[in-house]
Amino acid sequence: MGDAANGVAERFAIGISFGNSCSSIARISPDGKAEVIANEEGDRQIPTVLSYIEGEEYHGTQAKSQLIRNSGNTVAYFRDYLGKDFKSIDPTPCHASAHPQQSDSTVAFSIRDSPSETPNSVTVSEITTRHLRRLKQSATDFLGKDVNAAVITVPTDFSDAQREALVAAAKNAGIDVLQLISEPVAAVMAYDARPEATVTDKLTVVADLGGTRSDVAVVACRGGIYTILATAHDYELGGASLDQVIIDHFAKEFQKKHQVDPRQDVRGLAKLKLEGEATRKALSLSTNSQLSIESLTNGIDFGSTVNRTRFELLSGKVFSQFTGLIEQAVQKANLDVLDIDEVIFSGGTSHTPKIAHLARNIFPEKTAILAPSTLTSAINPSELSARGAAFQASLVQEFDHEDIEQSIHPMVTVTPHLSKAIGVEFTSSTETTFQPLLNAETALPARRIAHYSAPKEGGDVLVRVCEGARNIKVTKPEPKPKEEKPADDEDSDFSDEDDEEEEIREIVWKTEQPVAELAVKGVKAGSKVEVMVHVNPDLGLQIAVREVGGSSAVRGAINGSA
Amino acid sequence: MAAAQVVNVSLPSLPQGWSAEKDFKPVGGLSAATQRNIEPVGPYFLAHARRKRHNRTFSEDERLQAQNNAKKTEDEENMDISEDEDPMMLSREAKDWKGQDHYAVLGLTKYRWRATPEQIKKAHRKKVLRHHPDKKAAMGKSDENDSFFKCIQKATEVLSDPIRRRQFDSVDEAAEIDPPSKKAASKDYFKAWGPIFEAEGRFSNKQPVPQLGDDNSTQEEVETFYNFWYNFDSWRTFEYLDEDIPDDGEGRDQKRHTEKKNANARRKRKQEDNVRLREMMDELMAGDERIKKFRQQARAGKDAKRKAKEDEAKRLVEEKERARLEKEQQEKAAEEAAKAEREKNKKAKEAAKNASKKNKRVLKSSVKDVNYFADGEASASQVDSVLTDVELIMGKIDVDELAALAEKLTIAGKDGSAVKSAWTAEGQRLVGAGKVKEGDLKAFA
Repeated sequence: MGDAANGVAERFAIGISFGNSCSSIARISPDGKAEVIANEEGDRQIPTVLSYIEGEEYHGTQAKSQLIRNSGNTVAYFRDYLGKDFKSIDPTPCHASAHPQQSDSTVAFSIRDSPSETPNSVTVSEITTRHLRRLKQSATDFLGKDVNAAVITVPTDFSDAQREALVAAAKNAGIDVLQLISEPVAAVMAYDARPEATVTDKLTVVADLGGTRSDVAVVACRGGIYTILATAHDYELGGASLDQVIIDHFAKEFQKKHQVDPRQDVRGLAKLKLEGEATRKALSLSTNSQLSIESLTNGIDFGSTVNRTRFELLSGKVFSQFTGLIEQAVQKANLDVLDIDEVIFSGGTSHTPKIAHLARNIFPEKTAILAPSTLTSAINPSELSARGAAFQASLVQEFDHEDIEQSIHPMVTVTPHLSKAIGVEFTSSTETTFQPLLNAETALPARRIAHYSAPKEGGDVLVRVCEGARNIKVTKPEPKPKEEKPADDEDSDFSDEDDEEEEIREIVWKTEQPVAELAVKGVKAGSKVEVMVHVNPDLGLQIAVREVGGSSAVRGAINGSA
Repeated sequence: MAAAQVVNVSLPSLPQGWSAEKDFKPVGGLSAATQRNIEPVGPYFLAHARRKRHNRTFSEDERLQAQNNAKKTEDEENMDISEDEDPMMLSREAKDWKGQDHYAVLGLTKYRWRATPEQIKKAHRKKVLRHHPDKKAAMGKSDENDSFFKCIQKATEVLSDPIRRRQFDSVDEAAEIDPPSKKAASKDYFKAWGPIFEAEGRFSNKQPVPQLGDDNSTQEEVETFYNFWYNFDSWRTFEYLDEDIPDDGEGRDQKRHTEKKNANARRKRKQEDNVRLREMMDELMAGDERIKKFRQQARAGKDAKRKAKEDEAKRLVEEKERARLEKEQQEKAAEEAAKAEREKNKKAKEAAKNASKKNKRVLKSSVKDVNYFADGEASASQVDSVLTDVELIMGKIDVDELAALAEKLTIAGKDGSAVKSAWTAEGQRLVGAGKVKEGDLKAFA
């Protein structure tokens, strides 16, 4: 009634991270900080699970616990099925819950979602609608305002059909989707939207390690504009793979004691999975974790503990898959680990300390590894994409749909990017060095300003603007005399040996092609020279050089090639 | 974007012999660019999209953005509180503040009861800036007249106190809208009446207030509207019009008398107001085509229902009549059929009777024709015995047998022995059948 009276209800948007295993909702608080909203049960990571008992709908953690007793009427891991046809889906994750079935051109689940005994065929888009409706309700209850719009994050490989299906499902749930943004960029933005963050040029690797799948993206941030350079996906690697290690470990222990394999029993396996996941999560925080399950199989209670070291030893193989995926993505982007300025760990599995530590070893010292175990100021990895979405939602909330659509049209988003860095060359008597000003992969048009010191004695200076390329210089260190290690340092033996044979690799900039030369005359001693380079989309250049504080500038333009 | 990187590397000095026109020497171009998709997120992307869509350069965009921001703040400052004062109002005395229009004093006639406390505050500030006596003095107008400033202060005092503001709003004649004349109402009913309820609605304790609506309002809406307004819950008070209670110590009685008078006046005014509203509603309702329409619809609906009911009753009666007629017809037919049957039976019976009579005659005559089996004149006893037997047999046999026997006898004709054998055979058959005792038959034994 209120809506009809006021015409259109006021738009109130939140950010939703819609994951395969967990979803989160976030908003921007009045003081400008992103915060993730807890649902009625107090969960900030809401399991993407719906369960039905006698027509009653359960959602989130409640539904997840139904996987043991009511698996046939519990729907989980359905996000990736949305907008796909039955032939192209991988039903493995749903093995322990309601199984996907073909229904016309889409995927459906056969569940008893009403009090009657006969199961209904519920399409995956209907399930998504119900899930989103619950999320919306939680947000509305928390905020006390009717939430009617959202920015939702999706993986980078989401097809147009999947996007359309998601938008339609959200619309049915009463959510107006303002924009769909990709998860890795949302994660980068969650960090960049912090008030203390500064806009810098950086290359970021976003490792999104989820429950059932892992995605890695290499994102170039250039003056606050993001470009995805490469992505790598592994649809079978995720928290579940680590859970499997825990499950196998405990199952073997149980089998040794009782001669029964709990994994053979459907219910036993479901219990092990649920408790195993909790144990694995606990191991991310403490070095010891306990698992106790009543009546695991044949009515036998089971209790045991596992410590982090054992877990890390057992999951070595899985960990190397994670790091392999990260390296693969960097390689795909034609980059070297030395180029990467920042690694953001996102997704629940990123809490695992070992993964971040392994990444620390791959990347050079200067690379920031943003994960809770390596950086205390890191944002909770599970919340990153929801926060990014909330931030974007706060930006576009006031815009018309048409405005947003026009802005995200390829006409606007497809832009030329610099293939090589542009910078200034410094020649001194001994050597020639290159200082990049605009990095490679900067979206055009772009403008950068830099201040360079003038020679101590002042006078006339030359500014040589060049294109540069970075090379990787590999130097072999001189073989050191082998030192005898103390005997107690057994654990680190492996890495030490590797260290000694490792080469030293560093980035060296080289001038590739000069672009222009400018002279600034009569610079005062000790002052600075300001260089402004503006690159047009057609590769035309405008360069201006002046002494800081000086009035007259030397200007020049180079016409674009295209 | 405009922030500069600071690099602490010294630039090289200009080499000897370097020269160029305007100190700029283009040497080469850039390598070809790669086309890539940038991610449409973040504030810097929005800036990029804005520039690209409107074909602006960096500096243009920065300038326009700055302009936009500047304009926004200015608008807030200005807020249309720039109504000029009526010279009559400027010469008002602050003493008779009760008679002044507080909203006009503050330049808020456009808003009146809709003005927010913030607007009132801002309006007050604006007016004070213009009419402060110190300012006047500084400008050289030393007429010592700060009465309008006092009016402003009084107006703010009234309007910034919610209770006193309500009291003033209750009697704010300038905010009142009179009901339209009959002529105006007949021209465009809803347009003429609509604003009245918007204005009257401000007195309602219950918000939001249902509005008059238009031709297309549903019956429910119209009913809600009339229910609401006939049971209007108003906060309107008339304290503002109270007579001043003299506090000059004239005496308690005087004071009490005035208080009583005020209370009575308030009550009376309130009553009058209620009556006014009620009468207005009556007038409104009388002219409301929608109510007539709904009534007609209801009547039409009722008529239709009644007609349907009558039709149904009629149909039932007809059906009953038809059923009765049918039944009668059937009965009649059955009766006729039975009668015909009876007649037929009667005829058949008569025919059979005649036939048996004839046969009996044949039987009797057969023995007579053969002279009772006597050769010459039959003796009386012989005749008697033969006839007795004939009678006996005739009495014992049924119609069919009689016919058969008669046929046989007719064939036998006047042949005595044949007749006799026929009779004997019949007699024996009857004896065989146990209908006649052996000894009873004498002549045909």
